[in-house]
Amino acid sequence: MKVTRSGGDAGFRIFIGAFAALVLVVVSAIGVELYLESTLSIQKFGFMFWLTDIWDPVAGQFGAKPFIWGTLYSSILALLIAAPISLGIATYLSELCPPSLRQPLIFLTELLAAIPSIVYGLWGVFVLVPLVRQLEMKVPESWRQFPLFAGPPLGLGMLSAALILAIMVTPFISSLAREVLKAVPRTQREGAYALGATQWEAIRVALSYGRTGIIGAIMLGFGRALGETMAVTMVIGNSPAVSWSLFAPQYTMAAVIANEFTEASDELHLHALIEIALVLFIITLVVNGLSRLLIWSMTKHTASKARTKLEPANIGSAA
Amino acid sequence: MNGHRTWRRRATSRIAVALCALSVLVALIPLAAILFFVVSQGIQALNWDFFTKMPVPVGETGGGMANAIVGTLMLSALAAVMAVPVGILSGIYMSEYAGTRLASAVRFAADTLNGVPSIVIGVFAYSIVVLPFKHFSMIAGSVALGTMMIPIIARNTEELLRLVPHTLREGALALGATRGRAVMTVVLPAALPGIITGVVLALARIAGETAPLLFTSFNNRFWNLDPTKTTASLTVQIFTYASSPYEDWHRQAWAGALVLVTIVLVCSLLARFATRRLEKMSLGS
Repeated sequence: MKVTRSGGDAGFRIFIGAFAALVLVVVSAIGVELYLESTLSIQKFGFMFWLTDIWDPVAGQFGAKPFIWGTLYSSILALLIAAPISLGIATYLSELCPPSLRQPLIFLTELLAAIPSIVYGLWGVFVLVPLVRQLEMKVPESWRQFPLFAGPPLGLGMLSAALILAIMVTPFISSLAREVLKAVPRTQREGAYALGATQWEAIRVALSYGRTGIIGAIMLGFGRALGETMAVTMVIGNSPAVSWSLFAPQYTMAAVIANEFTEASDELHLHALIEIALVLFIITLVVNGLSRLLIWSMTKHTASKARTKLEPANIGSAA
Repeated sequence: MNGHRTWRRRATSRIAVALCALSVLVALIPLAAILFFVVSQGIQALNWDFFTKMPVPVGETGGGMANAIVGTLMLSALAAVMAVPVGILSGIYMSEYAGTRLASAVRFAADTLNGVPSIVIGVFAYSIVVLPFKHFSMIAGSVALGTMMIPIIARNTEELLRLVPHTLREGALALGATRGRAVMTVVLPAALPGIITGVVLALARIAGETAPLLFTSFNNRFWNLDPTKTTASLTVQIFTYASSPYEDWHRQAWAGALVLVTIVLVCSLLARFATRRLEKMSLGS
């Protein structure tokens, strides 16, 4: 039976609906504004913007290949480190951990997500980078002929950036993967045990049942890593270069915006930087959209409870 | 042969389980290292002057970040003024009209906004505030931070309103209240402590943001309480100091980081206790 609403109800709905619609307006406005403010660069360079690697503000030449390379390379390296560790954490916390330890450990691992990016950067510059430099100096001379280890041991560079990104995205991936594992029916594990599986074999059954959602969780971590700015800017060395080397100083899309935006004196330079922001926006939109779709397809049956949404790190994850 | 295989399977299982436990330890090492350095380095430069004095030029020792602390407080407060009404009301819409197309669209938009890198939001604020007014300003910084707060508050409010037992809502409606009245006088107050907790957490988060402030509120070496002028902020100041070659400034940067981390930690802990109590209440009902 449909209940007819009184006039006051309709008014209330329209009032709060207008505020809700504002969220839609903001998201669309971001896309539109960034496009409008980057037209100069889009028209002048077209798609070649992404394929050329000369970035020379003085000569008015802008090619963003080194930045997109640095962003993708650092994020992928970070995930190679963070994904296995995060899955280990999620598995331990949801399947193996003694109940009394669970909440404190969840709190601690997710605290990593609450630490501001600038603090990671500060720690990165003064603690991590010197450590990485020491490590790089220990690499035997014979390895240096491989492109992966080419270049002088500076500390500042791709390896430091990847490590700090890995630390930063771990809490996001592990907390989402935990949600996914929670959504795997008990019967999956019980079935495995009933067939005589060991503990690890039963966990593998659960992991494989939840693989779609786990891939989603890893992709969300990827989305985070792509847009991370301060910490990366402070440790990656900020030198536009397309290189496989872990030791080489490189540059990312977010870092070049952070470093050059206030110094961009002519309009073309500014538009080129805003075009980078526009593409970063679109990439993160696609990556996050896909990952949410994957996670949702896993957890929709268990209708996530508000409890998990309230944990500090989840609030933190919202950005 | 069979026994050997069983033995191997058991061993594999043990090793895999141990590796999972090990990965928790691996994640806790950087956490401990960061907290250790922030506290041990920060405490050296942290004193009363840090909170009350202005920054001093290179070469002079001492000084503080009074203007940056006030700047961060004002930036966050202005951001909250913009984001709290939008966030809470759209949260109410999403939970009260959950099945509607607008609610789903807003939920999707909020999640999308959550995932937008903060630097991109900074560029957005630059293009809608700094470009038209032709100069950096505190307002521009607050617009950026407010934009980041909206989705956090909206989604948190939605989740919390869903926790409020249906019977409360139905009771109010049965007494003849309109939907709006039922929500505003019965449902919302029931969830209010949790909603406020969410706002505090959102504030703690944006207070730690640097990237969107670099080219919106910029920086300022002097006192400024005028929202239309540039302002110093704790985070941008830490960045400036950390990128400088001066030992004194590095110490100041660590002290700033200690203040930031303390704010974030205290807020997280408070929120955690508040949440626990709420959970107990909602489970009890």
